[in-house]
Amino acid sequence: MSLSNETLAARIDARFGQKLTRVDSTCGELTYQLDKDDLIEVARALRDEPDFHFEMLIDVCGVDYLTYGSDEWTTQSAAGSGYSRGVEREPVILDEADTFDPERFAVVYHLLSLRNNARLRLRIFTGDANPPIVKSVVDIWNSANWFEREAFDLFGILFEGHPDLRRILTDYGFIGHPFRKDFPLIGNVEVTYDPDKGRVVYQPVTIEPRTLVPKVIRDDGQYSAALGDEAGDA
Amino acid sequence: MPEIQTFTMNFGPQHPAAHGVLRLVLEMDGEVIHSADPHVGLLHRATEKLAESKPYNQSIGYMDRLDYISMICNEHGYVLVIEKLLGITPPIRAQYIRVLFDEITRILNHLFWLGAHGLDIGAMTIFLYCFREREDLMDIYEAVSGTRMHATYYRPGGVYRDLPEAMPKYQASKWRSKKSVAKLNAIREGSLLDFIDAFTVKFPACVDQYENLLTDNRIWKQRTVNIGVVPPERALQLGFTGPMLRGSGVEWDLRKKQPYEVYDQLDFDIPVGTNGDCYDRYLVRVEEMRQSNKIVKQCVDWLRENPGPVMLEDRKIVAPTRVEMKDDMESLIHHFKLFTEGYCVPAGEAYAAIEHPKGEFGVYMISDGANKPYRVKIRAAGFAHLGAMSEMVTGHMLADVVAVIGTQDIVFGEIDR
Repeated sequence: MSLSNETLAARIDARFGQKLTRVDSTCGELTYQLDKDDLIEVARALRDEPDFHFEMLIDVCGVDYLTYGSDEWTTQSAAGSGYSRGVEREPVILDEADTFDPERFAVVYHLLSLRNNARLRLRIFTGDANPPIVKSVVDIWNSANWFEREAFDLFGILFEGHPDLRRILTDYGFIGHPFRKDFPLIGNVEVTYDPDKGRVVYQPVTIEPRTLVPKVIRDDGQYSAALGDEAGDA
Repeated sequence: MPEIQTFTMNFGPQHPAAHGVLRLVLEMDGEVIHSADPHVGLLHRATEKLAESKPYNQSIGYMDRLDYISMICNEHGYVLVIEKLLGITPPIRAQYIRVLFDEITRILNHLFWLGAHGLDIGAMTIFLYCFREREDLMDIYEAVSGTRMHATYYRPGGVYRDLPEAMPKYQASKWRSKKSVAKLNAIREGSLLDFIDAFTVKFPACVDQYENLLTDNRIWKQRTVNIGVVPPERALQLGFTGPMLRGSGVEWDLRKKQPYEVYDQLDFDIPVGTNGDCYDRYLVRVEEMRQSNKIVKQCVDWLRENPGPVMLEDRKIVAPTRVEMKDDMESLIHHFKLFTEGYCVPAGEAYAAIEHPKGEFGVYMISDGANKPYRVKIRAAGFAHLGAMSEMVTGHMLADVVAVIGTQDIVFGEIDR
């Protein structure tokens, strides 16, 4: 039996009411946003109640919304100069701050129900605490173990109640959280062989950051026909 | 009370049975494993972050390098999610070509897995047999994309080009006589589809050969039966997908349950195991090769009879051909814009999953309306499987760790990303 998104959405709205807010999707997927304090209760209900029965957690994903919607090159009017390849971007180091924008870090959960053949996406924002912290769902879905370690490693999001929150993908002794948007693509350190010391050492990176293709956002509505979207015609 | 003394043993990262750069820290009591702590990330290349700094199409090649044993399937997950965000569907012929190559890749992956898994636990011959057939499949890759491994063949909106009418041929050289070259080329005289067709005819007998070597082999069974047993409820908890889940007896295959491309029009079966041990997973994968062969055959028959476009004509997403570009001003502009800036994808988020040879390969993409993805998250099947390594090997002997690594079919390109 395959459960349609609308049936599932109706069940979720009836069961959880205001706790879960539906997020609009352009491609027919079901996404809900919820408060991080409600996560454990909602997750347990979604797993155990026969209406939902999401027995599998497919993925946990950290997201950093720091530069969401900002472009690197203006496209609204003709520019007097070309785009310089050696763009100098000021590093935005917010790690020292006491608080973050409450909508900066998000954790996204992808759930799968085999019995109902349905998928569901949950999103929580971590709030303004530095370091960002949310509750772990390892007890509910054991597969969260490594996915949460990854989100911690790459984004520095802490998971309260996780049995073994260590770094997983980066090097032993790595400093920083590389998938944050304020972490440079080229990194902060590089390794090189030091003939005097006779071993491999770390040093600050010597290469220049370059952006070969600037990020541009064009909302000229050229895809609106494909999406069946009226707004783009205006 | 007896004195219990455990010791710690390091396995890898340079170990021929570790399938790449896996470092396992094993807590052992004699030869019995108490716990295993896999250290991964030695191959971490930040593929996702790199993808966030490039226009969409420039990252397709990176996807090949994730799971470098089933290259084209990774591309498939990536282009599917872009297509979902753009709201486009490729032409039907492109969908058949994609299914054809996904299934060829599944055979390619399972052959590699079978050879390496056999070699790890003491069956040398099987490796040579498997690589014999892999060679033909690599030639198919080469004929269609120019490379034997990292094809970069799929594009949002279709596939890069139609199937070629001729196969690349061997040339005579000082190491290869004219006669032996003629023998090698005999099967390569027709089109690519003829070559694939010939492969599907001979392949079932090859699978019989592998099975002759292993299925009733006493040593093989001693090494795999009742090793690494995962009950179905644990498999679900641990996020297992693909043959790892089906080996435990859960009938779940995205090709059947959430069909993408043209899988709902093809006839094939989903093999499932019963005990959830290494032997059952072996049987499942071997049967999957036979089923994939069946799908390949159906796709070949369809593709022979139904010529047509393999790419969308939408010039805002798909670049024009070289010929058009050389004599049409508008095509030249489109070409220039697509290759300097790329296309902008409407803001939104999407998750697309495919039944990868190793399990569910999903790509979650967030777009903020720019010409580059805002966030790409690759959900690799092997990552969840390896996360359950400790649970699967606890209580087994050291030699069984190798059998469990083999049965998980792990490749570090996708786990470390």
